[in-house]
Amino acid sequence: MEKKNYTVSIYTENNLGLLSRIAAIFLKRHINIESITASPSEVNEVMRFIIVVKVTEEQIKKIVGQIEKQIEVIKAFYHTDAETIYQETALYKIKSEDFLDDHNIQDFIKETNARIVTVTKKFFVIEKTGKRSEVDALYEKLKPYGLMQFVRSGTIAVTKNEMPISGILEKFNTTNSLS
Amino acid sequence: MQVKTASFEKISTKETTTVSGAEAVIKCLLEEGVETIYGYPGGAIMPVYDELYKYQKEIHHVLTRHEQGATHAAQGYARASGKVGVAIATSGPGATNLVTGIADAQIDSTPMVCITGQVGSHLLGSDAFQETDIVGISTPITKWNYQVTKAEEIPEVIAKAFYIAKSGRPGPVLVDITKDAQFASLEFSYKKCSGIRSYKPYPELNLLEVERAAEVINNANKPMIVWGQGVILGGAEELLKNVVEKAGIPAAWTILGLSALPTDHPLNVGMVGMHGNYAPNMLTNECDVLIAIGMRFDDRVTGNLEKYAKQAKVIHFEIDPAEINKNVKADYPVLGDVKESLKALLELLEPNSHKEWHQQFKDMYKTEYEKVIKGNLDINKKDLGMAEVIQQINNQSNGDAIIVSDVGQHQMAACRYAKFNGTRSNVTSGGLGTMGFALPAAIGAKMAKPEREVVAVIGDGGYQMTIQELGTIFQTKVPVKIVLLNNGFLGMVRQWQQMFFDKRYASTTMVNPDFITIAKGYHIQAKQVTERSQLKDAVKEMMESDEAYFLEVKVEQEENVFPMIPTGAAVSDILLE
Repeated sequence: MEKKNYTVSIYTENNLGLLSRIAAIFLKRHINIESITASPSEVNEVMRFIIVVKVTEEQIKKIVGQIEKQIEVIKAFYHTDAETIYQETALYKIKSEDFLDDHNIQDFIKETNARIVTVTKKFFVIEKTGKRSEVDALYEKLKPYGLMQFVRSGTIAVTKNEMPISGILEKFNTTNSLS
Repeated sequence: MQVKTASFEKISTKETTTVSGAEAVIKCLLEEGVETIYGYPGGAIMPVYDELYKYQKEIHHVLTRHEQGATHAAQGYARASGKVGVAIATSGPGATNLVTGIADAQIDSTPMVCITGQVGSHLLGSDAFQETDIVGISTPITKWNYQVTKAEEIPEVIAKAFYIAKSGRPGPVLVDITKDAQFASLEFSYKKCSGIRSYKPYPELNLLEVERAAEVINNANKPMIVWGQGVILGGAEELLKNVVEKAGIPAAWTILGLSALPTDHPLNVGMVGMHGNYAPNMLTNECDVLIAIGMRFDDRVTGNLEKYAKQAKVIHFEIDPAEINKNVKADYPVLGDVKESLKALLELLEPNSHKEWHQQFKDMYKTEYEKVIKGNLDINKKDLGMAEVIQQINNQSNGDAIIVSDVGQHQMAACRYAKFNGTRSNVTSGGLGTMGFALPAAIGAKMAKPEREVVAVIGDGGYQMTIQELGTIFQTKVPVKIVLLNNGFLGMVRQWQQMFFDKRYASTTMVNPDFITIAKGYHIQAKQVTERSQLKDAVKEMMESDEAYFLEVKVEQEENVFPMIPTGAAVSDILLE
């Protein structure tokens, strides 16, 4: 079966140690995590992990099954790139002299819709948000000028389809207030 | 803390009392109906032990001789009774010594709560004396774990621990409590946990899935059931029997499913897997419908997956959604609590007998009998065989004993030859294959079921891994019967060396101590059998004893366990010799 990028979205209670529980599921199967982010979700007190891995669909199904088994995981989903809207952000730090002396750099920034976030006498920091390929493209263009630092975030993604987390939590509350 | 339980935000109507965290731990255990716990004291858990001293009339603490023994005893207790086993230990080495038992409980779905002491919260992360990150260590081998740093968290966390350990697919839970949380006071009130919003113990039964399964079964010509421990964990033994009988389906068991259906039930066709019976293994690859109930298609059961039941439609009754299609693709999954699903199935099944199909199992049993069983039980061969010893135990127990086996050749002999009339009678380490399991597990099983005879069957290798628990037997006077099948080898490994490593017996020869003297050193009655002629009377004397009894039987040194499916072979490539 073909390996593809899958975005795993995991809604969880905010619990200490859950990250290592989830990471261990990938580790045990020798699956490299391409990127991982964690942040509060749209639901109050619920966290959302977004993990990108390159695996087969059979693998991702089993992994999501194992993740869902964890007590504090409310629900986990997996999606292909086509099913999500995803972005990542990168910061590029370059010497001010390179930036000021070379008009090419200024052109790249305009062409790629990157943004200058900081200017000092010594360096400029440029920010680019987009698909991984776009971030990579700008990296390749700036590399010959001697990047002082380069850092990229994990992928963040929202799905095109609805994620019924609030419904799941609501159902629990209703069931238990009746009992 | 963020524990979202059903009781969250509900105000308890019970009156509260001010107690220490340590006392709260004991009060929680009492609230959960715990009567017996297994453990070992040490610095970081001393406040809890101090409370155990006060509460010794209410709660029976059994001092094992090693923390591993505490976990296995708790497992034996849980497996024999269906209740949650409890083990308790101090921080650092006390906690790490629990790890093997926790891993065993995780893979064999045994409900267990482990409570460990931890260094004071101000010392966490400072590499303090006996500080170990037991929560980090136990994460991959627990169903849930949690570190308590505040006394007021204790009641809710322990309530949650018990709920998680026993609900759905059971498993081990570890609660680590810092020493300052044990000393600090809290206003104690207790409410049992009845639900956690992020945790669904079992999926709701979809009747459509049952209807489809019933239709496939009703139309089957050669259906076969393979059941596992899920039937026992779900308390569905009677339903299984009814299903088997109504539809006339030959039924085989995995090693942990053993004893859910009586051994002499006409449709019980034996064990599947590596050292299972010939017929159910062979016919797995001939049946037209394979009905898996509460089992997980472990590799020791399936052999080569590429050649496993490819001709059959697979129906899988399962509580854990992650098990569906994990190893074997289920054509008809039926998710849910097996007690509900089998009940629904039973109503939809049409009476049948499948006589000719059943006859195939009987014919193959004859083949196995001629080639394997007859020899194993032959009383004219030179040396005593393991199966002969199990047979003698059967003769004395009439199939009513709980048999606790360790891991290796003797385990296969015990599971293949022991007779069981009732459920929860087979206690063994299945998934993890933990040598040293049986002796402490037998202690727990006997304490859980004092009215039943408990016989531990152990090899000379595994026995020496937890032999120190003879001290626990001596101190508590728990009347377990210990049968040591001594062949002077790590027999199962030796068998593999003989078959697959050209008889290079690397480190499998055991130079053993005088086991009788050791047992007597603990003031346990002990006897050695070296001749077949002594066996019957010795087993009888052991079984009739009201006290703990150690019986060493010198068995054939190089006996091999057959049938056998070599690793990587298909179930139908099972070897009879």
